[in-house]
Amino acid sequence: MKYEDFKDNEYLEKMVTELNASGANVLLGVLDDVINWGRSNSLWPLTFATSCCGIEFMALGAARYDMARFGFEVARASPRQADMIMVCGTITDKMAPVLKRLYDQMADPKYVIAVGGCAVGGGPFTKSYHVVQGVDQILPVDVYIPGCPPRPEAFYYGMMQLQRKVKLEKFFGGVNRKEKKEK
Amino acid sequence: MDIKNRILEIVPEAEFSENGSLVAIVPSSNLYTLAKRLKNDEDTSFDYLLSLTGMDFGDSLGVIYHLESTKYGHMIVLQTSTNDKDKPELYSVSDIWKGANINEREAYDFFGIRFINHPDMRRIFLRDDWVGFPLRKDYNDELNPLRMTNEVTEDMTQELTLDKDGTFTNKENIIFDDQEYVINIGPQHPATHGVLRFRTSLQGETIKKIEPYCGYIHRGIEKMCESLTYPQTLALTDRLDYLSCHQSRHALCMCIEKAIGVEIPERVQYIRTIMDELQRIDSHLLFYSCLCMDLGALTAFFYGFRDREKILDIFENTTGGRLIQNYNVIGGVQADLHPNFVKDVKEFSSYMRKILKEYHDIFTGNIIAQQRLKDVGVLSREDAISFGATGGTGRASGWACDTRKRKPYGVYDKVSFKEIVYNEGDSFARYMVRMDEIVESLNIIDQLIDNIPEGEYQVKMKPIIRIPEGKYFASVESSRGEFGVFIDSRGDKSPYRMKFRATGLPLVAAVDTITSGGKIADLIAIGGTLDYIIPEIDR
Repeated sequence: MKYEDFKDNEYLEKMVTELNASGANVLLGVLDDVINWGRSNSLWPLTFATSCCGIEFMALGAARYDMARFGFEVARASPRQADMIMVCGTITDKMAPVLKRLYDQMADPKYVIAVGGCAVGGGPFTKSYHVVQGVDQILPVDVYIPGCPPRPEAFYYGMMQLQRKVKLEKFFGGVNRKEKKEK
Repeated sequence: MDIKNRILEIVPEAEFSENGSLVAIVPSSNLYTLAKRLKNDEDTSFDYLLSLTGMDFGDSLGVIYHLESTKYGHMIVLQTSTNDKDKPELYSVSDIWKGANINEREAYDFFGIRFINHPDMRRIFLRDDWVGFPLRKDYNDELNPLRMTNEVTEDMTQELTLDKDGTFTNKENIIFDDQEYVINIGPQHPATHGVLRFRTSLQGETIKKIEPYCGYIHRGIEKMCESLTYPQTLALTDRLDYLSCHQSRHALCMCIEKAIGVEIPERVQYIRTIMDELQRIDSHLLFYSCLCMDLGALTAFFYGFRDREKILDIFENTTGGRLIQNYNVIGGVQADLHPNFVKDVKEFSSYMRKILKEYHDIFTGNIIAQQRLKDVGVLSREDAISFGATGGTGRASGWACDTRKRKPYGVYDKVSFKEIVYNEGDSFARYMVRMDEIVESLNIIDQLIDNIPEGEYQVKMKPIIRIPEGKYFASVESSRGEFGVFIDSRGDKSPYRMKFRATGLPLVAAVDTITSGGKIADLIAIGGTLDYIIPEIDR
């Protein structure tokens, strides 16, 4: 996809300006680009699905949509080996602590994609007593993919947005030390 | 035989109401005796507990039982209630029908009704520290904010027993004792097909006991329906079992149409039936793909999904949705068929018949597949009926439980098709039932596709629909069993109580019986062949 075909370009341009403002070492800058190229093309998702969107996620892995073209095919069952978590489906009150625990078990740098209306903001279940109104209440979300369930093309759009975001990040002294910085 | 008189013979105090369906209202003290007689007496033999519904009648709490006889095919609805809302106690029927066990736990979870002599009175869907009972009319949601603390799993459970001298005592039952080796599987596990959780007690490799924990995707749909209008409730059925969304929605539409007495055009009946069957093939292909993937046959997964996409294309042309289609509406369907529908379906049908051979070549005849499925996880016919395990699971155990044959709806009475029944009851039989049903579904489609009559695709309905007061029940054969909808209407524009009979809940209840004595590695194959969909179990 061409750059101008993407939406939300301003968000990424703002990120670039912020990064440039602090200045980058030439050597580290080039190394960053190389590492980020590799990272963005081998994002390993955690197989995590609670409901309908999970079936569309499976369709992504199958032949017609084939997410291997983008480097997403290595779906891991263990959070310790995954780079990103695609929250496919409704998150309920009972599931929320489990999801948080899964997220905490993932190694940095890690990313969250909220897939489908339920994960974005409760979806059709906003009035329910047992549904979390959007996964961003418990996790920091990088990309939102709306839809009920989103089409596989929409999945790709969201996943490519994440790749673009990863490509812009400053790996050295930046994202890979997130946890230390917070202390 | 007149069931009404029969009940009056056993319980003279029984009253009857005939709004919608015949309901026998029985005092709570007599219910257990009546239930036992109805099941064991030769001429009634109500051996199949179709549905057990907790109710809040306003001034009292109660339970509604839908019973059916597999021998005679007759049905009866029993209702009982207690006026004590602070300490509601009713007698358990869990020793009469095994399927009642898990359903009574559900009623306890939602309404706080404690069942006397029930061996395991714990919550099943909600957290143990949940305050109040959500489906009661006076439930206050503010008491339950989002809790981010990890849930503690108790190894003890409560039982309320009635002693011979008439006193109630609280007994503590042990689920797993200190010496047992307990493995936790799920809720995040790739082979549980969703967020189901098992605690498994092992003796070496052998499973001693399995305890299922549900509710990780309990979305409170039944409570939400109570504040939605009837057309709005339709949207939620698609999200219950997303691989039988046509069928589940068909059931709800049918129930409402039956209640308001609207005549459905023939064209709609044809469209609905064809769509139901396409959905069934879609679901069975996904079943095949996932089961094979669980057992390590990754190529088969790609086969299944390749052909499934063809059905999704047909759906998408007509309904606009791939997975969730929102197609049936009250009085008809949302839109007319796509001009290419007939052509596409015919092409698909002839393609699928040929390609099925490939499926069997790659997996069915495989020696590994055979050894992992044959004689593994046997469920007897008696147990299948007692648990209410319908669908492919029931038919693999020799129970001819197909709703399409027992209570024909749509145009199933106009087509000829074979009900696939196997008698082995093992995982391989469950697998073969579904593979054979793909062919039967294609047969049904082939008989109908050329004869779709012309006419309206929808009866115009008012935006606000009011159902006359009464209790209504309708069921269809969804992709994995008998899916039922129960509506209790008080004449308003939204239901007073709406209950969905989950096809998967009996299967989860039966997992312990099926697996105990088997190997832990077989749990995955058994879970795969039972083919449950978790959001539908939890609702």
